[in-house]
Amino acid sequence: MTTINAPMPSLSHRASRWFSRNLIRIYAALAFIYLFIPVAYTFVFSFNDAGKSNLVWQGFTLENWQNPCGAPQVCEAVVNSLQIGVISTVLATILGTMIAFALGRYKFKGRKSTNLLIFLPMATPEVVLGASLLAMFLNLRVNPGFWTIVISHVMFCISFVVVTVKARIASLDPRLEQAAMDLYANERETFRYVTLPLVMPGIAGAALLAFSLSFDDFIITNFNSGVVSTFPKFVYVSAARGIPAQANVIGSAMFFIALIIVIVGQVVSRKRKKI
Amino acid sequence: MAFLHAVSTGKSATKSVLKSRSLTPYLLLAPGLIWLVTFFIIPIFSLGSTSTMVRPDGAQIGVYVQELRFANYVDAFIANQDQYIRSFVYAGLATILALLIAYPLAYAIAFKAGKYRNILLVLVIAPFFTSFLLRTIAWTQILADSGPVVSAIKVLPFVDELFRINNTSTAVVIGLAYNFLPFMTLPLYASLERIDPRTLEAAGDLYANGLTTFRKVTLPLSMPGLVAGTLLTFIPAAGDYVNAAILGNPGTKMIGNVIESRFFAVVDYPTAAALSFTLMATILILVTVYIRRSGTDELV
Repeated sequence: MTTINAPMPSLSHRASRWFSRNLIRIYAALAFIYLFIPVAYTFVFSFNDAGKSNLVWQGFTLENWQNPCGAPQVCEAVVNSLQIGVISTVLATILGTMIAFALGRYKFKGRKSTNLLIFLPMATPEVVLGASLLAMFLNLRVNPGFWTIVISHVMFCISFVVVTVKARIASLDPRLEQAAMDLYANERETFRYVTLPLVMPGIAGAALLAFSLSFDDFIITNFNSGVVSTFPKFVYVSAARGIPAQANVIGSAMFFIALIIVIVGQVVSRKRKKI
Repeated sequence: MAFLHAVSTGKSATKSVLKSRSLTPYLLLAPGLIWLVTFFIIPIFSLGSTSTMVRPDGAQIGVYVQELRFANYVDAFIANQDQYIRSFVYAGLATILALLIAYPLAYAIAFKAGKYRNILLVLVIAPFFTSFLLRTIAWTQILADSGPVVSAIKVLPFVDELFRINNTSTAVVIGLAYNFLPFMTLPLYASLERIDPRTLEAAGDLYANGLTTFRKVTLPLSMPGLVAGTLLTFIPAAGDYVNAAILGNPGTKMIGNVIESRFFAVVDYPTAAALSFTLMATILILVTVYIRRSGTDELV
């Protein structure tokens, strides 16, 4: 105890100093809590022994997880959503990646209008996208159903795929491709063995994004689905009567599956970087 | 989330252009652009065409003929101006709320998270994977009149016994801000992350205090992310009808709710089309002015 004369900072003083130094971290933690409260709620209530209306906690059960198709029409809707999601993702990823390569690797006339055409669907509210497509289908006397949903999903996913893949192409080192050419690879071989593998993580990310956008879309789907049910549509319709706990099971399962895919993807890409 | 990165920085990928005169780029573009023209551009014209149609006397429900009646727009606007204005007010408030939550969050991830950066970024996106409808409905339970949040607030002095959050405009704004929070956070993070911490230290060396450093250095440098984030929040929020339908009451209806019910419940396609068209035009004008004003023209 050498510093006899220096007054010890009081406890409240130290606490307030710690607080102000970590203010931004506390704030961020609160923001994360805000983000995750509804997710946690959905997860917890997937174990509710509630029967049809999953509003009040009735007791713990695993039955909803063991029998996720227990509630009527849930699984039918989920299967539709999965089918639509897969078909839309494949189509949008192919079409979007092609556009991204054209934008990222070629000089051509009409670049500006192409960029605008890619940007506009992202800057248009979903309700307008959905309403305009339905207006066209009605004017053409087309009955909305499974395939009109696919058409609409591909439409709004393309732009997101283009921007994601384009960003990845832009971050590539052009010297890698030049090196391949110097080593007598022709254009096609360079693309096949150098460019495409390097862009692959971007394409995979774009596909994951497209799938989650498609699987979760409600507004555009609602306009263009006719009598076909999807998972979000099922949730919205049953909201009035109370949502069966099986819907929480499916929402939570999707959350964990996607999280695992993202984390595995990150780990894989980090390992690759090390090599 | 590279797409937000790209949106927020506006960088186009023109650095290494290989070929110039071949047909290849057009062949690559054609299928995707044809899809967009057929299912995005043409429908917009279809919507415009529907918006001036009229229902002939004695026709069946849902049958309309083209009469170029532009007065449909005036009628639609006058009948729904409350919902129309409300949409933009709610979207604006939700954007501000999301910005207030997201900016410090993005800042903390960019400058204070160290090696946990990537994990925290994944956590920002993660709630997305649970259906957004389930999360919105979860809010109705969390904010319910007998729920934990309202009960906790009622303990405070001067809080009315009738205080509630559910089915109010507050709940709708909270729900909107929540829904689009990742769209605000990621572009902000993308532009904050690019700031060299040494520029902040330099400001400190030049005797700027924390607030001045933020105002003169951090904030201007994060402007592209701020513009992208606010747009990505405001645009979908202005057209949303799910939050108003689930968290609001009949007095908090937004223009999206009107469009939806005109289409399906009332089968009044022209009014729905006119409202959609007006909504899109207003948003495009606001976005253009906003981008010009904020000096981030290269965004598009």
